[in-house]
Amino acid sequence: MSTKPIGKVRLQSQAKAGEIIEVKTLIAHEMESGQRKDASGQVIPRKIINRFTAAFNGKPVFEAEWYPSVSSNPYQSFFFKAVESGEFAFTWKDDDGSEYVTKSKLTVA
Amino acid sequence: MISKREFLQATAAASAMLLGSGLGPLGKVAAQQRLTQADILRFDPLGALTILYVADTHAQLMPLHFREPSVNLGVGEARGLPPHITDDEFRKHFQIAAGSADAFALTSDDFTALARNYGRMGGMDRVAALIGAVRAERGDNNVLLLDGGDTWQGSWTSLKTGAQDMVDVMSQLKVDAMVGHWEFTYGADRVMEIAKNAPFAFLAQNIRDNEWQEPVFEGRKMFERGGAKIAVIGQALPRTAVANPRWMFPKWEFGIREEDLQKQVEEARADGASVVVLLSHNGFDVDRKLASRVKGIDVILTAHTHDAMPGLIRVGETVLVATGSHAKFVSRLDIDVKAGKVAGVRFKLMPVFSDAIAPNAAMAALIAKVRAPFAAELARPIGKTESLLYRRGNFNGPFDDLICDAMLAERDAEIALSPGFRWGGTLLPGDTISWEHVTNATAITYPNCYRIQMTGRQLKEVLEDVADNIFHPDPYFQGGGDMVRLGGMGYSIDVSGPMGSRISGMTHLKSGKPIDAARTYTVAGWASVNENTQGPPIWDVIAAYVARTGSVSIAPNSAVRVTGA
Amino acid sequence: MSFMSSEQSRRDAFKLAGLAGLSLLVASPALATPEEVASAIGKAYGDRKFASGKIKMDVPEIAENGLVVPINVEVESPMTDADYVKAVHVYAEGNPLPNVISYKFTPACGKASASARMRLAQTQDVVCVAEMSDGSLYKAKATIKVTIGGCGG
Repeated sequence: MSTKPIGKVRLQSQAKAGEIIEVKTLIAHEMESGQRKDASGQVIPRKIINRFTAAFNGKPVFEAEWYPSVSSNPYQSFFFKAVESGEFAFTWKDDDGSEYVTKSKLTVA
Repeated sequence: MISKREFLQATAAASAMLLGSGLGPLGKVAAQQRLTQADILRFDPLGALTILYVADTHAQLMPLHFREPSVNLGVGEARGLPPHITDDEFRKHFQIAAGSADAFALTSDDFTALARNYGRMGGMDRVAALIGAVRAERGDNNVLLLDGGDTWQGSWTSLKTGAQDMVDVMSQLKVDAMVGHWEFTYGADRVMEIAKNAPFAFLAQNIRDNEWQEPVFEGRKMFERGGAKIAVIGQALPRTAVANPRWMFPKWEFGIREEDLQKQVEEARADGASVVVLLSHNGFDVDRKLASRVKGIDVILTAHTHDAMPGLIRVGETVLVATGSHAKFVSRLDIDVKAGKVAGVRFKLMPVFSDAIAPNAAMAALIAKVRAPFAAELARPIGKTESLLYRRGNFNGPFDDLICDAMLAERDAEIALSPGFRWGGTLLPGDTISWEHVTNATAITYPNCYRIQMTGRQLKEVLEDVADNIFHPDPYFQGGGDMVRLGGMGYSIDVSGPMGSRISGMTHLKSGKPIDAARTYTVAGWASVNENTQGPPIWDVIAAYVARTGSVSIAPNSAVRVTGA
Repeated sequence: MSFMSSEQSRRDAFKLAGLAGLSLLVASPALATPEEVASAIGKAYGDRKFASGKIKMDVPEIAENGLVVPINVEVESPMTDADYVKAVHVYAEGNPLPNVISYKFTPACGKASASARMRLAQTQDVVCVAEMSDGSLYKAKATIKVTIGGCGG
């Protein structure tokens, strides 16, 4: 990948205290499984995002470990119970060691 | 699922109160008498609300013949249950006299003779006349008109106008809402364009964008008719992306989505709906299972499988309507709403006998107008048929045999594969085969007739896979359509066998030899769901063959042996 | 001549007949067998017992595209500090590598539910295992059909 993928996130920006909201995320990535061969019969080396983490105000909330069976351009959604205002940090960790981070604010009324 | 006991109760109920046949049981003498529009419309009204329902018209604007199936097998819990009964069994179940108008409309045996007696069925100008008459009787504000989909595809004019002809006709009919399946084969952009601009609602609760999993269409709409609130929830064919080319709507994801549907029902009730209607293109067996699992639906208007039944099927508190196809029938459902709930329903499947109904003049004029640019082309004679040509049924019909013969001859193939589509008109022996008849059986947006090499093993894989899509005992795992049609090859099928072992005795008909798993065969086919499929459009292949043959004769097909039914 | 099928033949047949749209997912001839999945689960949990219930899997009965099969898993739980779902693991029996996803939940999630999309090489059962905060384990499975399609009408 020549350009660094940017994680996209969809969630409501405001919530009531105690409300359980859905967080949807998406990142452009081929998720090369390491199981495919190219035209010359050579195995195409594995290169996937192997971990997705979500933290709120620095505290881990949700984590997903992804294997080669996860589809390309991986989508991940989960839920979060809004208690206080703050900021999400979403991190996608690539096989090559790169980390892609996206942040989103949530205001709790 | 419905148990045997429930089935018997349903049968008894059907006989006692739900039977809504167009003309009722008739003696042979009465059957021969001339039908009238008044007979077709006769109805003892109930309550203040009327729902009118048509589905699977497949863009048929003109009267035609359409022979119902003689083979319509049910598997698993649907085995032997309506609509999986045909001919004698069907007539016994619904109390229809052999040789009667209803027998002609609803069953298949003796079709040619009855067709010559009763004439064609359908025609959107006749449909408009029936709808107009019911609206006049009940009052516009008390009638809801719903369309079950597969309306925009199936004719040359719909193909050539990108369904504009049908959208114009539906608009003039004042359809309130519709749902889709073949509609999607015009591509996502065209469907969205129509859905956004049409005067009717295009509903589908079960389509999501595959990026963010958000609804693509409005899922339900509330109507006020007969002083009651009626929620109509749309359900597109859940298997559209499997049954038809996914590349035409690459960002959409379908599925049954029972839980989302249950939420829709609950929201509709919370919004004050007295009547909840599922306008569904699931197919009958899927709807029967769904009715036993999703609570709170009053009426399921079924489509897709083209079943026409002159009685309601009851599953728990839900009634299912099967209105047939090709504009052969208009369903009328009167609903008595009391204290915000359905207190009673009365049903009639009105048969659209073209010769008995005075066409609606405005609709006749619109049809003439939309057909005018194509009229000469449509009427062009290609050849003649000496045989009855029909398609509907689980296995090869003679029209499919003609298509397969054409592919074998014109594409110089050893084996031909033709999709098990349920639509397309029927031709009687002696009929001229016109361009309109050829395209009524083939007008799709992916018509290319390919020619490829396949091994015997691969052919078996294809047959097994398609067979499982039709005969999987759980309807939620069925994919829709009838069995793929074969030319040049025979086989045996055990419909109750497990996936991967239903097909046996595959035989190359010309040589009489068993199909060799390792040998390569030249195969022609059409309607591939793959993008960029190469080959001439199938209608040109058929027209070339028919023109060269002059008069078509199809021998009875005994190449498919069916067991386990 | 036998009609014993191979996965390669099946995929080729799909592509050719064009009833199909399934593109080549894996080159590896070796698919995980139910025993391998069992051993993958075995490696993680030893001989611990699984209870049934609590897990609701929302997957299509028939995959529209074997490369992109949506899966939602939801586990019944109050999601409090004292009682919550710690982890959920998804396994595909018929894939060359049976592990698909492992989730770690916290009480801050409010609800133990997550959606993703996976690749499935063939018709198979997908298995989910949930680990609760009290150490108990739950297991559920769902069959997903990967088909050639076409012919719908």
